[in-house]
Amino acid sequence: MSARVLVGVKRVIDYAVKIRVKPDHTGVVTDGVKHSMNPFCEIAVEEAVKLKEKKLVKEVVAVSCGPQQVQETIRTALAMGADRGIHVEVSGKDYETLGPLQVSKILAALAKKEQADLIILGKQAIDDDCNQTGQMTAALLDWPQGTFASEVNIEADKLKVVREVDGGLETIKIKLPAVVTADLRLNTPRYATLPNIMKAKKKKIANVKPADLGVDVSSRLEVLKVDEPPQRQGGVKVETVNDLVRKLKEAGRI
Amino acid sequence: MAATRALVRGVRLGSYSIGRSRSLIFNSVQRRGIAACVDPSIGLTDEQKEFQKVAFDFAANEMAPHMAEWDQKEMFPVEAMRKAAQLGFGGIYVNPDVGGSGLSRLDTSIIFEALSTGCVSTTAYISIHNMCAWMIDTFGNNEQREKFCPDLCSMQKFASYCLTEPGSGSDAASLLTSAKLQGDHYILNGTKAFISGGGDTDVYVVMCRTGGKGPKGISCLVVEKGTPGLSFGKKEKKVGWNSQPTRAVIFEDCAVPVTNLLGAEGEGFNIAMKGLNGGRINIASCSLGAAHASVLLARDHMCVRKQFGETLSNSQFLQFKLAEMATKLVASRLLVRQAAVALQEGRPDAVSLCSMAKLFVTDECFSICNQALQIHGGYGYLKDYAVQQYVRDIRVHQILEGTNEVMRMIIARSLLTES
Repeated sequence: MSARVLVGVKRVIDYAVKIRVKPDHTGVVTDGVKHSMNPFCEIAVEEAVKLKEKKLVKEVVAVSCGPQQVQETIRTALAMGADRGIHVEVSGKDYETLGPLQVSKILAALAKKEQADLIILGKQAIDDDCNQTGQMTAALLDWPQGTFASEVNIEADKLKVVREVDGGLETIKIKLPAVVTADLRLNTPRYATLPNIMKAKKKKIANVKPADLGVDVSSRLEVLKVDEPPQRQGGVKVETVNDLVRKLKEAGRI
Repeated sequence: MAATRALVRGVRLGSYSIGRSRSLIFNSVQRRGIAACVDPSIGLTDEQKEFQKVAFDFAANEMAPHMAEWDQKEMFPVEAMRKAAQLGFGGIYVNPDVGGSGLSRLDTSIIFEALSTGCVSTTAYISIHNMCAWMIDTFGNNEQREKFCPDLCSMQKFASYCLTEPGSGSDAASLLTSAKLQGDHYILNGTKAFISGGGDTDVYVVMCRTGGKGPKGISCLVVEKGTPGLSFGKKEKKVGWNSQPTRAVIFEDCAVPVTNLLGAEGEGFNIAMKGLNGGRINIASCSLGAAHASVLLARDHMCVRKQFGETLSNSQFLQFKLAEMATKLVASRLLVRQAAVALQEGRPDAVSLCSMAKLFVTDECFSICNQALQIHGGYGYLKDYAVQQYVRDIRVHQILEGTNEVMRMIIARSLLTES
C-alpha cells in the first residue's frame, strides 16, 4: 500500500507538573515549566509507526503547530519512527489563542497538500481537553471518522475501528481516507531507542506558515478568566440513612 | 483536566517486549525534573534532552516501581536490564560496529543520572557493565571485540570488573592474583574481593600479575564463566546496592587462553585505570540522580507535612537547608559534566578532573540525600519511603572505584608534580 499517514502531535505541559494559574487569571503558567508530547498523541504516533512496520502504510509524517519549541515534540515523534516532520509556525498571540478549529483547518490543508490517506490524532489534549480537532478535521475534509479508537485494522481499502463509547465497545467500518483519534488502550507507546534518536537527527522537518496553507489562525473565542477549581470543603457526618436522605433533599440534590 | 488525569492514570492493558510496562498509577517518587532551578536538562542539546527523556521515562516506568522490592529481596533484575539494553543502554560509549551506541561521555553521564532516579544500585551495575564492555572494545583486538562486545551490548551476557583483592584495595598495584604462561594458556591463581555481579555474570575482566612487582607487571585477561578453576565466594550481605550480588571471585589453577589477553602483557594496570576514569564519572552521575530525586522528595514532603500549625515549607531553617541542597546538586552536576567533556576530548586535566568530580560529587550527594532523610523526620527512616534507599545505595560510592581518599592522592600528586 502506498498510503501516507499524517499524525498530529501537540506540545503540552507535562502531565506530572503541578499546574499554577497566572496571577492575572488569563491562563496558566507555562514559562520554565516542563513540556512534553501529549500522551494521546504518543499513542497516535505509536499506532502510525506500527502500521508502517506491518507494511500497511508507506510513510508517517508528524505535524505540530506552534513556536520553535514544538520542534522538540516533532523530534520525539521522529525518534519513535516517523519518517519526516512538518512544523507549522505559529507564535506569540496567535499561538496563545490557537484552538481546535484553526488546527483542524491547518491539518485539512496539509492532508490535501501531502495527499494523505489517513490522519491519526490523539483523542484530546491534556491541557484544554477539547476533544474536537479530530472531528472537525474530518468534517472539513468530508472524510469519515473513527474516534476514541481502541483498535484499528486496515482491511483492503476500509478501516475497521473499535471505538470505546459510554455504552461499551462499538465496531465500525469506514472507507479510506479517514480520520482516527487514539484512545488510551489503543497501544502502549514504545521508548525511543538511542540509535533511533540519533537517526532522527537526520530526518527532515519542513517549515510552513499557516498563510502558505491559506489558513486564517485568528480565534473566534476569547478567554475571559482562568481560575483554580474551588477548594474542597469539609463534609458533614450524619447518623442514619434517613438523616442522609433529608440532608440531600435540603441541599436540592434529590 | 482532572477527568483526563484520572483517565491517563488508568491501568494499561498488556505490555510488549520492548514496550513499556506503564503503571500510570502515578509514582510519586518520580517527579521528572519538575523544579526549574535544578532541572537537569538545562544547557543540553536537543538530542541530549531526548536521551535524557528516554532514560527518565525508563527509570520512572520500569525501575522505580520495583526499586524497593529489588532491594529487599536482593533480586538481580536481569529482565529489566535487558529491556534497557534493547534501548541502547548496554554499551552506551561502545563503538556501534560491535553493537554499542557510540555516544559521548557526557551523553553517558546524563543517561546514568536519569536512570539512577529509578534505582541507584541497578544503574550502578549497568555502568560497571558498560565500563567492562568499553575496555574490551577499546583495548581488545578485532576477534575479542567481535566475540564479546555484541553480547555485552545486548546484555545477552553480563560483565564484572575484577581488580580489588582481600589484600589490595586502594593499593591496587600490589595485587597478587598470578597468571603464569603455560603454552597457550595463562594459569590464574588468586582471589578477587567485592566483585559486583560476581557469580551471576558471564564475562570477567580480570587484572592479574604476569610479570614482576608493581603496576608494570599487571595484565588484563577476560575470563568466561564456566572456565574450570573459576569459582565464587558467598553472596555478601550489604547495606545497599542489593539489586546486584557481590561475591569473591576465586581462581584455582584456572586456565585462560592467551587469546583472551587484552592489549599486551604489562598494560593491564593502565587499562584498568583508564576504565576507572570513565567509571568514576558514571558513579558520580549515579550519585547525582539519587540526590536529584532526594531533593524533590524532600521538597514535596515539606509542602505536605505540617507541624506547629504550618507546613514545613514555612520554616526558614528548612528553606535554607533545601536551598543549600539544591545549590550543591547543581554545582555537582556541573563538575561531573565538565569532567565528562574533558575525558571525551582527551584533555590533559581529564584524570584529575574525573577524580575531583568523583570526590566532590559522591560526598556532596550523600550529604544531600542524608539531609533529605532528616527532613522526612521519622518517616525518612522507614523502608516505605524511598529516601532511605537512596542514602544506603549511594553511601558506597564514596568508597568504590577508588576511595575518596585515593581521589585526593591523585589530585595532590597532579598538583605537586607540576612544581
